[in-house]
This record gives sequence, C-alpha cells and structure tokens, in this order.
Amino acid sequence: MTRPTPETLAHTARRARAAADPTLDVDQAATRTATPAAPAVRPAAATPISGASSLVRSLEALEVDVVFGIPGGAILPAYDPLYDSTVRHILVRHEQGAGHAATGYAQATGKVGVCIATSGPGATNLVTPIADAYMDSVAMVAITGQVASPLIGTDGFQEADIQGITLPITKHNFLVQNAEEIPRVLAEAFHLASSGRPGPVLVDIPKDVLQASTTFSWPPTLDLPGYRPTLHPHGKQIREAARLMAAARRPVLYVGGGVLKAGATDGLRRLAELTGIPVVTTLMALGAFPDSHQQHLGMPGMHGTVAAVYGLQKADLIVALGARFDDRVTGKLDSFAPDAAVVHADIDPAEIGKNRHVDVPIVGDAKHVIDELVAAVTAERSAGRTTDLGDWWTQLDDLRNRYPLGYDEPVDGTLSPQYVIKRLGEIVGPDAIFVAGVGQHQMWASQFISYEKPYTWLNSGGLGTMGYAVPAAMGAKVGKPDTVVWAVDGDGCFQMTNQELATCALEGIPVKIAVINNGNLGMVRQWQTLFYNERYSNTELGTHKHRIPDFVKLAEALGCVGLRCESADDVDKTIAAAMEINDAPVVIDFVVGKDAMVWPMVAAGTSNDEIMFARGVRPAFDEDDI
Amino acid sequence: MTMHTLSVLVENKPGVLARVSGLFSRRGFNIDSLAVGETENPDVSRITIVVNAESSPLEQVTKQLNKLVNVLKIVELDPQVSVARELLLVKVRADRSARSQVLETVNLFRARVVDVAPDTLTIEATGTPDKLDALLRDLEAFGIKEMVQSGLVAIGRGSRSITAGPALRAA
Repeated sequence: MTRPTPETLAHTARRARAAADPTLDVDQAATRTATPAAPAVRPAAATPISGASSLVRSLEALEVDVVFGIPGGAILPAYDPLYDSTVRHILVRHEQGAGHAATGYAQATGKVGVCIATSGPGATNLVTPIADAYMDSVAMVAITGQVASPLIGTDGFQEADIQGITLPITKHNFLVQNAEEIPRVLAEAFHLASSGRPGPVLVDIPKDVLQASTTFSWPPTLDLPGYRPTLHPHGKQIREAARLMAAARRPVLYVGGGVLKAGATDGLRRLAELTGIPVVTTLMALGAFPDSHQQHLGMPGMHGTVAAVYGLQKADLIVALGARFDDRVTGKLDSFAPDAAVVHADIDPAEIGKNRHVDVPIVGDAKHVIDELVAAVTAERSAGRTTDLGDWWTQLDDLRNRYPLGYDEPVDGTLSPQYVIKRLGEIVGPDAIFVAGVGQHQMWASQFISYEKPYTWLNSGGLGTMGYAVPAAMGAKVGKPDTVVWAVDGDGCFQMTNQELATCALEGIPVKIAVINNGNLGMVRQWQTLFYNERYSNTELGTHKHRIPDFVKLAEALGCVGLRCESADDVDKTIAAAMEINDAPVVIDFVVGKDAMVWPMVAAGTSNDEIMFARGVRPAFDEDDI
Repeated sequence: MTMHTLSVLVENKPGVLARVSGLFSRRGFNIDSLAVGETENPDVSRITIVVNAESSPLEQVTKQLNKLVNVLKIVELDPQVSVARELLLVKVRADRSARSQVLETVNLFRARVVDVAPDTLTIEATGTPDKLDALLRDLEAFGIKEMVQSGLVAIGRGSRSITAGPALRAA
C-alpha cells in the first residue's frame, strides 16, 4: 500500500510565490501580511481593481481563511486573484462536497463556511448542501459564478437560475448586478448568514461583473433595512416563564440546536442545575448538555430514549430552548405532551407556535434567554417559590433503569454495529468530533457515543442528507486541525461522497472514517422489516455479497489507509491502529450484520405514547404512576 | 375562513415579488388578489395581498413573510377602518339598441366609458369588490366580451401612516 505525502505544500508554495512577487502593490501585500487578529472591518482606501479581485479582497477582509470549491467557466475570473490570496482554496471533487465541507467547517468552528462553484451544473450541485444548511440553520455563504449579464435569460451555456432555484432554501440570496456592489453584498451575505437564526446565503455573480473594473474600499455600509433580528427577550415573558418553572411539578427542558448556535451551553448547565429540571437534547443539540450528566434524560423523538420521550409526553411544563417541535420529536402532533404548558424560546419568531400551541412565547437569542432565565429563576427561588421534583425524578429514574439504551448481540454471529460504535466512542473519547451520515449508523452514533462537549457531534438533522459525513468531516478537520475527527458513515452514504477522500489525501486533511458496512440501506431495510412484510425491495447494496466496492481497496485508491474489521475481537485494535495514523486519512470497513435495528422507535405518524422499546415490546408504563 | 388584506412594504428591488408570492404558494396559501406599486418613497414598494385563510395559519405566513430580508413591514388592514378599492375595465356588447341601457347602468354605478366602438363600450369602474360585482351582474345581461380587474389596493383611514418609521426611512 502506498501512502501519499500530504500536499498542503501546494498552498504554502502559492503563498510564498505571492509574497515574493515584486509586482504586487503595497496595499495588497499589506493585506496579505496583516495579522489574523486584525478586526473584520480592516479599512481599505478605494483602489482600482477587477470585480473578481474585489470579491477575493472582500473574502480576505472578512477574515475567511478557507473556501471549498471547484472552478469553471463563469467563476474562472475569481480563481485568478484567489491564486495569490491568503484565502486557502481547497479543490474538492464534487460541488456537493464543497457545500457539506463548508457546513462541517461552520458547525465545528462557529465561523461562516464558504463554498464556491461555477454557473449551471456547478451551482445546481450545491443545491443539496444549501438545502441541508437551511434546514439545520448553518451559517454558510455559497458563491456562484453566473453567465455574463447579456446571456442571462437566453438559456446560455451552463446557465441556471440559481437565485430562483435556491429562493426557498436560502436565508437570502443575491444576484450581483454590478461590480461596485461586491464588497457590500459579501459583507451583507456574511452578516445575514451568521446573525439571528443562521442560515445559508447565496451570492451569484455574473462573469462580466467579475471582469469589470471597479474600486475596492472597506468596510462597506450594510443596507439591510428589513433585517432586524430580536436578540434580547422580553422581560415580562422571562418572568412568566420563570414563574411557571418554579411552579411546575413535571417540567422538562427541551434543548435544541439553537443553544449550540448561541454558545449558551454554560448557561444551560447553570439553569438546569439551579432548577433541577430534567434535560432532553435533540439530535441537533447533542453535546449541548453532557450526556453523562445526572439530569440528562437523553434524546427525545423517533429513536430517543424511553425516559426522554415519556418525560416530554407526561410533562406539565416544556421549556423549549432553540428547538422547533420537529415531527421527528413530537410524533403525532395532536397527541404530543397533552398536559404540558409550553414555554418556547427561539430567535426565529416564525418557529414559535408553528407546530405546537405556546403559552409563553419568548423571542430572543438562546444565550440571552437562558442568562435571563437563570436570573429570574433565582429571584423566584429567593422568594421561596420552588417545587419539589422528587416524585418526578423517581418516575424518570425508574424508567431510565428499566429502559436503558441497549442492544442485543446478533444471533447469527455477525459483528454488532452498535458494539462497534460504542467502542469507537469509548476509545476515541469525548474530545473528538464525530460526524455522521444519515440512517441507522447515525442513530446508533447518537445513542451509543457519549457527547460531553459542545460542537463534537455534527450531522444532517433536518434534511437527512445521505453523503453528508465524509465532506462535512473534511470541513470540520480543516476548521479544527488539532482535533481528531471521525466520520461514522454507512456503506450507502459512503458511496455517495467518498470521492472527497481524494481531496483529504491531497490536501493533508487526515480524517478518519468508520464505515458501518451492513451491505444494505439499513434504515430503509429496517422499515421494510417492520412495515413492508420483510420485502427487501432495492435495499441490498452488494457490498457484502459481492464486496463491490471493496472499501479497503477504494480507500487505498483514494490515497487513504484502508483497514477492515470483521469480528468483535478486532474492533479495539483496528480503532487503535487508525488512531495511530495521523498523516493520512483512514477508512475502516467494519463489516457488520444486516439485521440489527434501531430501538427504541416511535413509528412515523404514530403517537409518542406508542413508543416501542424493542420489536414487539412496549414499555410497561403505568398511567397511575404519573 | 375569512378574507384578510395584508399591506406588505418591501424594498423596491428586482425579484422581491417572486420572494413574496413564492412564499405564499410554498406554505400552501392561495392569493386571491395581489397589487404592487411604488410608494411615496421610491425605494419602497407596497404589495397589497388578499388571502383567504384561518387566522392561525395566516399568522404563520405573516411571520414567514417578515423573515424575508427585503420585507420591511407588514400590516393587516381591518376592513372597518380602511378604504379598499379595485379597478375594473370591462368591454360590454352595446349595439345601437342596447347602448342607452348600458349607459344608464354606467351612470348608476358612477362608472365611466373610456372607449367606444360600433358594437361595444369599454367601461372603467373603481370601487369595493362588492360594488364591482354588482356592476358586473348588471352588465352580464348585455354580454361581457372581455374584462380585466386590478388587485385590491387598500389604505388605512385617519391621519396615521404605516409607511412612517425609522426602518423605512433607512431604505
């Protein structure tokens, strides 16, 4: 097996060449050598420049350190100044990879992730990651080339109306009309993407606009009169929420991804420990509250823990913090938490009351909301208003003890996928970042790895995008080069985007991929087992039966180290071997049994009351207990 | 379901109408009528939307509209304290024998004849949707050859203006 030398050098060499270039003007050189600590609003006097240079200068001024992309005809002018820029461009193998990498980068670092593509097919290949980022509220800026302005609307070569196409899946998008707008539009795009409820913003720039002569000055003045996110909650609503929290007998804190986005995890812990209220964290919020914390009931929803699902279902007060009552959490909506009063805090007013009637609406940034709730609850407590939650905890603890997360060893002697994932979490530890694809492996990774720290769990929650893991792990590793990044992927997902491993190998991005290879589209197969009389229509992938592809050979072909593990005895040492390799990406092909299922489960469209602990096993849950 | 009239103030920029109308269809609402035009501030356009919806889904769509970056302000106009008008142009069959009767109807509704041909009259009328419906019912007897209606435009009564405010001045 050959192991490539990481070619981060390519980028370094470009920088050195740029620095040595005597033809560069002083102002450009100054920008390039400016310290990273310089403020984002580094001023620059107006200088004559091309639209493309204005774009690249704007990215530099916005302190973008990396962009993921692929050049092509319409965006080509931008790639010329990019060649000399301090902005690192990572050449991906498919634009979808660029988009998910930008998302992974953003989710791991809290900064804006940037991807670049050309017009037409380049831009349309970004549609899936843009939709993904929209559903999961990820701060992403996508920059696309467009055909030259006179060609727009003529079905020109590689023309696609990407602004129109992405209208419903972006927080906002721009079609730049003239080169003078470029710095302002870029600054607006970054501001929109990262403030309020974050989301993807697309900037489409026609080729002639990139080629036009313009002037560049920084900082531009933002012109967004209709954009005023509410960050600070209303004091009266906070006091009302605190009053309900002090009086509730069966309260639950229902924590969503907004708490991570707001950087409110320390405050959340203070609020939880101050009140003693049980906490559930959604799929998007894993890591926002330590899994090992005594007050953590686990994840609610379709594959949540029995304690978390019942906790919400039987609550008399649900305090939702940056969560959106998604159908995968509520189950059948009209039977969800029938006795609960609802306090719903979200930065997006449109989320409040969208799915579930709300008693106390709070619009604000989760950090401010939680900090103010801590103060208001403290005031309630010092006025002697608290409730004893002992009975509630007794019931929840009983459920936790009777229905812990677990799995049965496969009876056919195959390797258990849950065991693999559990050991991976235990061996790798809570400092690593785990990135999952979509399907059974994602749910097991959410259940059997313990997330103790924020921003250590990345996945595609809302859109459920198969193929997310490899490129998102790449983006996360670029953003956090000193952190170990593991993708937990399925054999189906892995075959959608594994070409980005070539990018990882060449660019020196040593991610580690655990392919949980069960030879099938596992989650679909599980539904066929449960709901389609075990008629396995088109879910067998042949990765077991025919070993096509052979993931070890595939990994090697892509410049990675390929390892295979087929028995429980080898799991620990294979993981340890992968942990030893830090100069190349590693892929482990974990060949696991195909019949393992994700439990517990609330079947789609049914009530959370119908949760199944295992196949044919309903939790014995005495209504009189509550 | 009840009719609601929304006045939506937006930045006067390309593509904004598509954002607004697209949002309605995406969230499952049918727009009954829509009218767009500039306001006293050329940077601001006003879209008047009439929509038939329950109040709770309407609140959701209003919140979603508010999230559009180019939307500056949304006001629901209460029919009790606002003035609402539509414009109607209708081409009616009116030969020599019917012409005087058609003109009588036109006068009755304070409409105007804007074009005359040997066998037709083209009539312009403004008014509330109810009034225009009544006019059309009367004209149907003569034979309507063609008609076109504007969307409803509406404005609140009294001296208060919905276009006042710091956000709009900044536009």
